[in-house]
Amino acid sequence: MSAAGLSSARRVSPKHICWGLLVLCLAALFPLQSQIDRDIGIYARISDVLYVPPGTNLKLLCLGNEGLVADVYWTRVVQYFGREHMEGARGEFRLLAPLLRITTELDPQLLIAYRFGAIFLMTKQPVGAGDPQAALQLLRRGIVANPNYWRLWQDLGFVYYWELHDYKMAAKIFAMGSRQPGADYWMKALAGTVAAKGGDLQTSRLLWSEIYRHAENDAIRNTAEYHLAALTAKEQIDQLNGLLEIYKRKAGHEAHSFRELNALGLMSGVPVDPSGVPYVIGADGCIALGKRSPINLRLLQ
Amino acid sequence: MNRVITIALHTFKEAVRDKVLYNLIVFAFLMIACSILFSSISVGIQQIIVIDLGLSSISVFGVLMAIFIGIGLVSKEIERRTIFHILAKPVRRLEFIVGKYLGLVLTLVINTAIMTVGFYLALFYQTRHLGAEDLGPLATIYFILLQLAIVVALAIFFSCISTPILSAVFTFCVYVIGHFLSEMRWLGTTLHSGVMKWVTAALYYLLPNLSDFDFITRTAHGEKISGTLLVSNSLYALLYVTVLISASILIFEEREFK
Amino acid sequence: MLAIETTNLTKDYSVGFWRKRPKRVLDGLSIHVEKGEVFGLLGPNGAGKSTTLKILMRLIFPTAGAARILGKELDDVSAHERIGFLPENPYFYDNLSAAEFLNYAGALFNLPRAERRRRADRLLEQVGLSNASNIQLRKFSKGMVQRLGIAQALINDPELIFLDEPMSGLDPLGRREVRDLILGLKETGKTVFFSTHILADAEMLCDRVAILNLGRMQGCGELKEMLGMGIHSTEIVLESPRQELVDQLKSYGGYSVRTGERVRVEIPHEGDVAAVLGKVLQTGAKIVSVNPVKMSLEDYFLAKVARGNRKSAGKELVAEAKGGR
Repeated sequence: MSAAGLSSARRVSPKHICWGLLVLCLAALFPLQSQIDRDIGIYARISDVLYVPPGTNLKLLCLGNEGLVADVYWTRVVQYFGREHMEGARGEFRLLAPLLRITTELDPQLLIAYRFGAIFLMTKQPVGAGDPQAALQLLRRGIVANPNYWRLWQDLGFVYYWELHDYKMAAKIFAMGSRQPGADYWMKALAGTVAAKGGDLQTSRLLWSEIYRHAENDAIRNTAEYHLAALTAKEQIDQLNGLLEIYKRKAGHEAHSFRELNALGLMSGVPVDPSGVPYVIGADGCIALGKRSPINLRLLQ
Repeated sequence: MNRVITIALHTFKEAVRDKVLYNLIVFAFLMIACSILFSSISVGIQQIIVIDLGLSSISVFGVLMAIFIGIGLVSKEIERRTIFHILAKPVRRLEFIVGKYLGLVLTLVINTAIMTVGFYLALFYQTRHLGAEDLGPLATIYFILLQLAIVVALAIFFSCISTPILSAVFTFCVYVIGHFLSEMRWLGTTLHSGVMKWVTAALYYLLPNLSDFDFITRTAHGEKISGTLLVSNSLYALLYVTVLISASILIFEEREFK
Repeated sequence: MLAIETTNLTKDYSVGFWRKRPKRVLDGLSIHVEKGEVFGLLGPNGAGKSTTLKILMRLIFPTAGAARILGKELDDVSAHERIGFLPENPYFYDNLSAAEFLNYAGALFNLPRAERRRRADRLLEQVGLSNASNIQLRKFSKGMVQRLGIAQALINDPELIFLDEPMSGLDPLGRREVRDLILGLKETGKTVFFSTHILADAEMLCDRVAILNLGRMQGCGELKEMLGMGIHSTEIVLESPRQELVDQLKSYGGYSVRTGERVRVEIPHEGDVAAVLGKVLQTGAKIVSVNPVKMSLEDYFLAKVARGNRKSAGKELVAEAKGGR
């Protein structure tokens, strides 16, 4: 550095100390930050959303940047709840409703927030919050802000249909939705079907397939897939139970393994569920999912 | 060591006589007074509003002070060349940097203490009663101070490498980014580029994670800060400040004053 | 031990935005300053005077070469315990008073409080600022700031004092005061090193000078010697001489100027003076004065600088011709 005759020892020493401190402290920051993350807990970082009182005019505080702040909150929604594996979200769904409320208060036209919220609020735990009323509230606000967006009607009707089993209401809402501009052609037919037949597998499958096809992000798509798998499994279980009945009548006793069904020529091989795990015949003589199966039939209740 | 203290006290004296400081304090007190006003129009959550707004004022004005006075005091010395007479005396450059930093921290501590008094006055006015359970905000204010210590170190660091205006801008940007580091890191995980994942993870650890110190809303609702977090955050602030000051010293040692 | 000793001190700056070229502002400066003398560093603006001082004050770092102050290397901070520095166009802290500022300066030397106060009072009186000791520096005039700057340079009773353009911006009274101060410092045995472009001051104060131009030293040595080498003519003033005499004297090669009744005649060669005086006395003309005309510092300076400029201008022409820019 200075060519003017360094008395090297004295000159270099404070610099060495500084470099040493710099490197050491930087290195120590890594484990320390991880420790702090654990102390605070990932959700505690955003749990102050619980405390943003309703009705406050948040927009004022944003000083004209509502869109930006809404995006930040939406980012947090997807960040904390939009995971591929839902286990991380277990138990913290209490933050989802407030987050979505704030997001949609700041940006009422953020349609994805309503759809996402509806699905995850209504779905039973542990996949979702298990709070269909909150889903209804959210969707109603969405429709007030975006009355012509037919998919919100579809989602609202769906909540009544799927979780609340209120088929009359669902049919009414599907009918309303079918009249909105741009509504898909099958909405009208759906209204009729639901009114007439209530909650049958075909209808449910149609609705979930719709959600799957138009899923705006991976989280929604995965949930839809999850539900579709459950529906398919239910169908398959019903069919297999039917085969068991036939076997009972033919053989005079209950079947305890699929080999017996194979022997009678009723089917070949061992049936597997949509996730690839083989079905088993339970102690009660009915078909059940294999232990390893990730499919959750409780979603269909 | 004595020289460091001399410079620190001189910096404190200079800061205290700076008009900017008084304007900011006045505004802070105004905000705290306003919190009482706001609380009177929100039924049922008066105390929460006073604590929330009051602590937020302390935080926001503390940051403004840290940035403007911090940059003013270091860049000014360099621009106006008062540093010439200092370095002509037997003062090491590192003593100058450390002394400036300590002086600024002292200024912020005193200011925050004054504003804390104002805050508790407002709280007392609101609730007509102050007890042991009202000590919770003190821990939050301590966290605010830790944040300010980091911001001041940032201001000094940037003052060593660029002009006053740019230093203020950079410090402010890092302050804002520092509150969104977990979002940024998550954003990196959703991107498909491995490089971006690595970059955002590295930035998460390298940039100051200021959201670690944000406890205002939760304190307003009565949540307590755990002892381990107090220790962890204190340590974090200490380490980060050391990094910044060491880097500042290294840069300052090489700097030429034309 | 020499007070200051520099060996081949060189400083390059990188200029240019894309292709950085080195610009040499100081080229191989080697000077030495004895203890107890007043040394002047002279040169036009941009000569490298401030650069030299800043290198010595470790405000900037030399590209090559070495220097010692009071026997210690440049990076030895302890050398600064015994030196004082007045920067060019000093500026101090607006919000402090003069007394507070000197107190700060003294504290940086770890002087005890009572001692600091004593010295501050004494120095303020010495520079004529006693009445202003509690006034904030923002209200000081330029002259007052300059004087305070000298006071702070002396707070540690230094052996060696560096002054960068100490007279700049001062009115004649101020300059006189600073000159007296410097002479006073010399009398107490201190060494003074100052830079200036005002030759009259240097002539009056310095024992030795170095002349810088465009970063190079053009001349260095005792003032007496440098100027003594230039005694080159004698000027005789006559009163009411006869015209024939004046014409005769012109033949010696000098000029003659008539102002009213008086005529000033220059005799270029020292050897002719005796003969001239003889002639004058013969004619009975009245001699008012006989003065040897020494070369002034300005003449010496201009000659050196002009030569230096021609040389470097020539270098630049050569470089351009070679196709460089």
